[in-house]
Amino acid sequence: MSAILRNLIKFVVLLWAVSVVVFLLVGMSPIDPVQANVGQAAYINMSAEKRAQLASYWGTDLSIFERYVNWFAALIQGDWGMSLRYNAPVAQVLATRSLNTLALMLVAWLLSGVIGVVLGVVAGLKRGSWADKAVRGYCFVLASTPTFWLGLLMLMVFSVWLGWAPLGFSVPIGKSAADVTLLDAISHVILPALTLSIVGVANIALHTREKTIDIMESDYIRFAQARGMSRMQAARAHGLRNLVLPAITLQFASLSEIFGGSVLVEQVFSYPGLGQAAVTAGIGGDVALLAGVALVSAVFVFGGNLIANVLYRVIDPRIKRGGDAL
Amino acid sequence: MTENKKKVPMGAEDNVAADLIAPVAPDHSAMHSHGEFHHHHHHACSNHHEGGHHLLQVEHLSVSFTLYDEEKGYWSGEKTQLDVIDDLSISVHTGEIVAIVGASGSGKTLLADAIMGLYAPNSQVKGTIYYDGVQQDVQGLAQLRGREIAFVPQSVASLDPLMRIGKQIGGSAVERHALYERYGLDTSVDKLYPFELSGGMARRVLLLTALINKPKLIIADEPTPGLDLELAVKAMDDFRAFANAGGSVLLITHDIQLALRVADRIAVFKDGTVIEETSVASFADPALLEHPFTRALWHALPEHDFAVLDYVEEDSLPSAAEGHSFGVAEKHLSGATATKEGE
Repeated sequence: MSAILRNLIKFVVLLWAVSVVVFLLVGMSPIDPVQANVGQAAYINMSAEKRAQLASYWGTDLSIFERYVNWFAALIQGDWGMSLRYNAPVAQVLATRSLNTLALMLVAWLLSGVIGVVLGVVAGLKRGSWADKAVRGYCFVLASTPTFWLGLLMLMVFSVWLGWAPLGFSVPIGKSAADVTLLDAISHVILPALTLSIVGVANIALHTREKTIDIMESDYIRFAQARGMSRMQAARAHGLRNLVLPAITLQFASLSEIFGGSVLVEQVFSYPGLGQAAVTAGIGGDVALLAGVALVSAVFVFGGNLIANVLYRVIDPRIKRGGDAL
Repeated sequence: MTENKKKVPMGAEDNVAADLIAPVAPDHSAMHSHGEFHHHHHHACSNHHEGGHHLLQVEHLSVSFTLYDEEKGYWSGEKTQLDVIDDLSISVHTGEIVAIVGASGSGKTLLADAIMGLYAPNSQVKGTIYYDGVQQDVQGLAQLRGREIAFVPQSVASLDPLMRIGKQIGGSAVERHALYERYGLDTSVDKLYPFELSGGMARRVLLLTALINKPKLIIADEPTPGLDLELAVKAMDDFRAFANAGGSVLLITHDIQLALRVADRIAVFKDGTVIEETSVASFADPALLEHPFTRALWHALPEHDFAVLDYVEEDSLPSAAEGHSFGVAEKHLSGATATKEGE
């Protein structure tokens, strides 16, 4: 019980700290939201009263501290504020965009997890073979590939040259929201998700390979062989079971990386997710939206790690029988 | 003892040389008189050769590793050969315990691996191994291990940490529970994980992983470290009972006192080979021991008052890195090394 409470306190403190950092950074940012949003030419031709009116509308006439207090007071009452750039309540912007990002991340996460673990296990079991060399080569090349560059490459090859996938966005252009089918959504998410997972695979495969090698050299695999199993039988009977725990930890720890990558990928693919909203909010000085995105992403990452911890304790008998599960 | 001097490579691919050698081990008279010396070793009075041969006979076994030479530069990539086991011969009779006694970290565990046909990819293995009178190659040993030849590891670290004990021991529940009954374990052990075992339970569980397959030969690798004396003695009694019931045990240990207590014969392992294979009875009197090192070992036993100081000059002790941890004061053993080299 106390463990749940401890995690809850940690969570609240984390969210609070994230919001403070966001406001501090926005306060230090040289971007003037009024200028950024009305445009350079319009701003120059604007009367002083009009500028002051806009400044007070967007709250930039107040100090960043006052703005934080106002925002925080509203948040506690459930009001996330208004997004300046989207001219809509932050909560509403976040709701639609979180859904898009969640779909993107889920596909990328599953793909990179499954492919990464499979490649890592094969490379680890067949250490030194051509398969191992191929997997390692692939991983080293991709681990040093910038995500946005890979995204551009994917767009060029699959959207422009081959025409297999749409060229960005999460739904077909010009189609009304009511007509969008699930197939439309999937076809739009597949290319950015593939880009994200191709990069994510490298990390997971290399880690899994190391872990597989460790396990195959362990005393219990050696003993299983001494008891008459072949190396592959021992790997099936004891290796995979012991690989599950580190794989889960790795998989959930990679959530934050995939989230970070999604910011770049959404930008390249013009995919309307949280990452794109974060960039828009940052450049436009939209502090309420930026804080909202930061909080939601903190929830994502914290939630992922928490799930990993809980799963670990559920699966590992050494912890499970040791005591409470949180 | 002169047959089969040829060294046969035992690598998986090159068994072509195997037909150069008689596939059947040399014949023996079925019984030996007490202390009779032949075939590299003294016999104990209980020894007999069922079917006219040893159950396990290892001849001129050598294990070496190819490594990159650390003393050469990183880029030169020169390889060096490291001999860990060198021309080792040992035999195990039916119904006896042979203890291989040697210092920790001297390669005894590799011997167990070699007998079971488990070789590291960078190792070279030479020699001949007969099991039950039939010469074995790598495939043969692979067939035997876990069936005829069972291995008892040092600790629960050799058990899968995430698998319940019952499943790891294997066999049918009836067989398993019969063994539990015999060794004083509760059937609830089935549901436990390795980390939940106490020291005494772990020792019996490890033994049962071997017994469940009804082996003829058990190779036990340091089965006692970490156990208090009472448990260690119990573990030894279990092996004794197995041998008395007709099984054979090759006990690998650094604890000569425990070995003397339970074994029929002692093989002294030093510098990668067995320097003397003799009956436990020979340890009653140092005059019965052949090798100076074995005699030094005898003198170094606590009940012989560490009476080695007149035998060894303290000044001539080599570095302490050699010949350590026999469970007795190490300087005496190191001194014995010096004596041996000085003779």
